[in-house]
Amino acid sequence: MAARLAVSRWRAAPSAAGRGPLLSCRRWSGAKADTVYDVVVSGGGLVGAAMACALGYDIHFHDKKILLLEAGPKKVWEKLPETYSNRVSSISPGSATLLSSFGAWDHICNMRYRAFRRMQVWDACSEALIMFDKDNLDDMGYIVENDVIMCALTKQLEAVSDRVTVLYRSKAVSYTWPYPFTMADSSPWVHITLGDGSTLQTKLLIGADGHNSGVRQAAGIQNVSWNYDQSAVVATLHLSEATENNVAWQRFLPSGPIALLPLSDTLSSLVWSTSHEHAAELVGMDEEKFVDTINSAFWSDANHTDFIDSASTVLQSVVGFLRPTKVSARQLPPSVARVDARSRVLFPLGLGHAAEYVRPRLALIGDAAHRVHPLAGQGVNMGFGDVSSLVHHLSAAAFNGKDLGSMSHLTGYETDRQRHNTALLAATDLLKRLYSTSAAPLVLLRTWGLQATNAVSPLKEQIMAFASK
Amino acid sequence: MWGGRKLSSFGNRFLGVLRSRCWSTQAEGARLTSSAGECQNQVSWTPQTKPWVFSEYRIMWFKSCRMTFAFYLLPRLYSTSQTTVDNSEIKTFLALAHRWWDEQGVYAPLHSMNDLRVPFIRDNLLKTVAHHQSGKPLSGMKILDVGCGGGLLSEPLGRLGASVIGIDPVDENIKIAQHHKSFDPVLDKRIEYRACSLEEIVEETAETCDAVVASEVVEHVIDLETFIQCCCQVLKPGGSLFITTINKTQLSYALGIVFSEQIAGIVPKGTHTWEKFVSPEKLESILESNGLSVQTVAGMLYNPLSGYWHWSENTSLNYAAHAVKSTGQEHPVPAEFVFKGETEELRDKDSTNPGVQEELKK
Repeated sequence: MAARLAVSRWRAAPSAAGRGPLLSCRRWSGAKADTVYDVVVSGGGLVGAAMACALGYDIHFHDKKILLLEAGPKKVWEKLPETYSNRVSSISPGSATLLSSFGAWDHICNMRYRAFRRMQVWDACSEALIMFDKDNLDDMGYIVENDVIMCALTKQLEAVSDRVTVLYRSKAVSYTWPYPFTMADSSPWVHITLGDGSTLQTKLLIGADGHNSGVRQAAGIQNVSWNYDQSAVVATLHLSEATENNVAWQRFLPSGPIALLPLSDTLSSLVWSTSHEHAAELVGMDEEKFVDTINSAFWSDANHTDFIDSASTVLQSVVGFLRPTKVSARQLPPSVARVDARSRVLFPLGLGHAAEYVRPRLALIGDAAHRVHPLAGQGVNMGFGDVSSLVHHLSAAAFNGKDLGSMSHLTGYETDRQRHNTALLAATDLLKRLYSTSAAPLVLLRTWGLQATNAVSPLKEQIMAFASK
Repeated sequence: MWGGRKLSSFGNRFLGVLRSRCWSTQAEGARLTSSAGECQNQVSWTPQTKPWVFSEYRIMWFKSCRMTFAFYLLPRLYSTSQTTVDNSEIKTFLALAHRWWDEQGVYAPLHSMNDLRVPFIRDNLLKTVAHHQSGKPLSGMKILDVGCGGGLLSEPLGRLGASVIGIDPVDENIKIAQHHKSFDPVLDKRIEYRACSLEEIVEETAETCDAVVASEVVEHVIDLETFIQCCCQVLKPGGSLFITTINKTQLSYALGIVFSEQIAGIVPKGTHTWEKFVSPEKLESILESNGLSVQTVAGMLYNPLSGYWHWSENTSLNYAAHAVKSTGQEHPVPAEFVFKGETEELRDKDSTNPGVQEELKK
């Protein structure tokens, strides 16, 4: 009777029938193992490794045991490779603050990164554009290769190896969840079985294992998701001539947004989201044709119509009349000369959001909790935001001597992040849909909308502030 | 989000018990996921019209309600004199012993009171040391938790590095506490539980403890003077005594006795005797007369809707007190004496006047 009074949220074993073998609250009555980890982070990608690092360096976690499980091998570099990697991320100032809080940002600065000061976003179907920049010439964000971030995190993890254990080539195959409160002889901890048969116990499991999260599936957490009919093509591009290259460019084509992100004075990274067929075509075509396609995607005005052009001119003159300050003229991105061999890759895109970020003794962070379109450059930043928030809550809980897996602080993390992430996901999805069409009414709506937003500085500042958390 | 979640678990059980009473079936409050939507708006409590009969249904009912004063049900009738523990009371709560560690159950208010009591104890103890180990701020300290129950407060203190001895007169509570800590190897080493009363261990633990914690205990003690004396004997010179309890005011009578016991029937009649509630003034005078100088008195307030406690200026319901045993040397001026809140008895006294302290000492 006592068990049935458990909180309805648990949806325990009797009602979980039919969901699959991993999705039950199996009682664990095995022998008690010696080590109970305080936190196990499942998934050693950018967000998982950052989580383990942040906890390892947290002042209130000095006598706690943390474990990071990574399915892949340890990536070690003797020295920085000369060729740039084609997977890069736009790191917001908030994420940079997190990375510097445990010393990883210093390693990144010693390797390589590129700060950008301005961002121009414009439409292929009209003259409308929006230019983001900070008045005080602060950096808006940083373009860093994913491998560089990973290397920095690995170095910091090695430095704190007395508190954080990292198991490479270890994948969890099953999880056993505890009952809501202690019943006779059932372990209150989460039990994880690894591929090699060994088991671990932990007071809190953090799932950071990507958008196909095994942890999330094993817990039976519902995930709202759909696939966009788009794949993203990435490549490393060489510019025709060296420039200051501190501007990020993004143009919304009817097939999807194309973005050029600065890597160095002569190199930029391409992220082009387009239909699956076009993406496959782009990856397959020869180099010259590829370069021409990119240049015309940024420069060509083929999609403009007279109607939209005149409508946008009208609004522009109204804006100019009301606010006769600087009128940002549309600038063109630098032209591309060639592309790095073998740097063209494509990957599919989709949206995902977990209905719950937390359960007793479980928290989801990063892509396991939310998956977003790259058009706003927010994916990994949302993940780092999750890390910040969860570390803050766990640190306070540890300083209060609380059981780390207790829902009271985990729900605080969930509330914080769901508010932020849901808004951003919805906005990104809306933008993606709005800009996926060349139908005149929607083009008119978004043209005027973009021009109006560009004219209202406080609104732009709000957008920048929200995105740089 | 959490607000909605807690309301829905509260609402679920509320609805579940209503149904069980209507249909006279075995109440199974929790499995009402489908009704979560409807009951979110039905949080308001409705008074029962039938007189309370001590029965299965009533246990179900009060288990299902996260009301303000659920913590009044604590199964401790603590005795420091020769009178034994009241067996009939203990039987009532033995059925609930296994519910200690259900964070959303009857003891939820006690679990959430940890958010106030643990920082209160931790911060006041840290003031007495020059520097502490990060991660284990209380390491090296010995703490005695009197009336520890299921170990709700002993475990957080153990996690912060202290060596804790938890004592409780109820065997079942100690068994539950032992069982719960046995799964955590670190806590297993740091905490020791014993089923005994305070005076039974006074001799062997005399002057060895850095702190004694008596949380939600003194309102059940028969002889408060002897209890405080024993606490003082156990403390090292300069050690701290932490007490949380309920004030003896008209408000605590109205809400704690009349509302909870007679109207709502949440607390079985006779569990609490208003006469045994202790006002801060009386507590302070006993503490001072036993060589314990009172450092802080602060009010605590529970919000039943959110399930969280808050510090408050008002001590007329619950309050926490911190006192320090004198080191034997003459201290010219006792430390900051913070007295908050008004009661009927003290309406004529100026609450912020340091002269109050002199008056109490007389």
